[in-house]
Amino acid sequence: MTTAVLFDNISRHFGAVRAVDRVNLSIAEGEFFAMLGPSGSGKTTCLRLMAGFEQPTAGHIEIFGETAEGVPPYRRSVNTVFQDYALFPHLSILDNVAYGLMVKGIGREERRKAAEDALAMVKLPGYGTRRPGQLSGGQRQRVALARALVNKPKVLLLDEPLGALDLKLREQMQEELKSLQKSLGITFVFVTHDQGEALSMADRVAVFNEGRIQQLGRPEDVYNQPKTRFVADFVGSSNVLTAKLCQRLGLQASFASLRPEAVAIAPAADGALSLSGTVAGRSFLGATNRIVVDVDGNRIAVASPAAHSVPAIGSPVTISFAARDLHPMEDA
Amino acid sequence: MTIVAETFVLPERRSPAGRLSDFFWRHPHVLLTVLLGPPLLWLGVVYLGSLFALLLQSFFSIDEFSGLINYEFTLATYRQLLSEANLDIILRTVSMAALVTLFSAFIAFPIAYYAARYARGKWKALFYLAVMLPLWSSYLVKVYAWKLILAKEGILTWIFEKLNLLWLLDAWLALPIVGGNSLSVSYTGTFIVFVYVWMPFMILPIQAALERVPANLIEASSDLGGTPAQTFRHVLFPLALPGVVAGSIFTFSLTLGDYIIPQIIGSSRLFIGQAVYAQQGTAGNIPLAAAFTVVPIVIMGAYLWMAKRMGAFDAL
Repeated sequence: MTTAVLFDNISRHFGAVRAVDRVNLSIAEGEFFAMLGPSGSGKTTCLRLMAGFEQPTAGHIEIFGETAEGVPPYRRSVNTVFQDYALFPHLSILDNVAYGLMVKGIGREERRKAAEDALAMVKLPGYGTRRPGQLSGGQRQRVALARALVNKPKVLLLDEPLGALDLKLREQMQEELKSLQKSLGITFVFVTHDQGEALSMADRVAVFNEGRIQQLGRPEDVYNQPKTRFVADFVGSSNVLTAKLCQRLGLQASFASLRPEAVAIAPAADGALSLSGTVAGRSFLGATNRIVVDVDGNRIAVASPAAHSVPAIGSPVTISFAARDLHPMEDA
Repeated sequence: MTIVAETFVLPERRSPAGRLSDFFWRHPHVLLTVLLGPPLLWLGVVYLGSLFALLLQSFFSIDEFSGLINYEFTLATYRQLLSEANLDIILRTVSMAALVTLFSAFIAFPIAYYAARYARGKWKALFYLAVMLPLWSSYLVKVYAWKLILAKEGILTWIFEKLNLLWLLDAWLALPIVGGNSLSVSYTGTFIVFVYVWMPFMILPIQAALERVPANLIEASSDLGGTPAQTFRHVLFPLALPGVVAGSIFTFSLTLGDYIIPQIIGSSRLFIGQAVYAQQGTAGNIPLAAAFTVVPIVIMGAYLWMAKRMGAFDAL
């Protein structure tokens, strides 16, 4: 399989700030790759390094086998969908979409046709004569996508493209992006701080914190077996069990993660582990109830199906879970 | 200490200022009228009124014999305005204003771009200081200072001499129209001083316009394959155009109307401002002076109309 993007020990420092610190990654052609992390974790800087807006302080970048350092953005076959879309306010939608073809010197008629096709692909046919200011956020997002895709980039970079949309629209766009990526076969690199978005869309996820990749792998693996405390906490808010609690359960580890949905409020069945505590809080989340149980000062969240009865706050309960759901983690 | 209100509606303020606030809150249009009334009256009645009176004057004529104004509608003054000598003045002034504007925009753009894109903190403060500083000293002092700089015995000639480039200066001064005995009595000198004096009026609007161009539009253009030159042509310049037009309105109209700079620095040939000054003063020909002032108004009107048609204000 061809490697689309390769980061070899990449660092990008801004003065004393290490925005990106010795990052290694390799993205395969046709992959949907997500970079997940809180703001300031270096994920956007990595994207900008791929686009060419930033140059690495140290390390080596290859895009489809070619060295990327020193290559200006306008000579890279990589296009970006910007966070706030960055549509040109003085140009019509059609001219916005055709911009990349125009600067490459493609004839008026040909680029008009290509731009109209691209607009049809993002379900905005006939919007060409309008101005960006006349479109809604979701429509602008589609125009930004069409403007990037019309250039047939080898890699499409998406910088939190769905961040400004409301929930319903975001879910719809997630599905559309995913199917678009499958049908076009273009490598997508997607930056987001929304773990749900990363897990549901990506083939592989890189979790960033403080300029470094904490974990890189398939969404299931990152979710079920977080390697570090940070990943456990950031991706789906796992329970983090301390060394003392681990010891009590017969596990030698400095930390262990435990997914709320792997825990049940019930006495232990055969081979299951159990802890007893008191109910400290509860909240209704729709499909589940989130119940927080206090076990000797450790708070453990339990995702209990909404159909199950909810114990009163302060009442003693036993929680149980399978030993395989307890994952030891590195101390970080 | 905390104040806990007893009722939902807080007690009315009894002071006149408090009552006034309530009144204005209920009648926002009254507040708007109070705030905008005086300046609009000033502009509408005093300024536009006198402008209209001036325009009216240009349709009267002067009695050649008595030197008195003949208050009868006539186009004779305009016929006089279009005589060869006066057309010469108009052409000279308009060409100068156009060249000054073009060159100012050319110099101002990179400065404004630097200030808007790169200057931060103290460098930005320094930029504003440097741009505004010339406006703090008297206009006349600056113009006389330039007369000394540009004079044959001045520092500029001295620098050219030291650089062994005197031949270049002489060659330039030997050229027809732009040349002369020295820079201080040539159109080149007038041009240099105009550009210098009006520069802040060009830099500041362009800087303000560039400041409003989001940086990611520049990145987007580059990302889509636009070279820096293409990005400038298709994105940066069109978005900064309202600022350039605003700046050029300043430099253009200020040059059209100025009568001091061409009098101190340059040849003895008249510019519109000098013509107006001479006609309404020594010559006492108010109608012709009025007709001369109509010229810049018409030109500016045509210029704005063209700028609008070219889409200069689309990005506003």
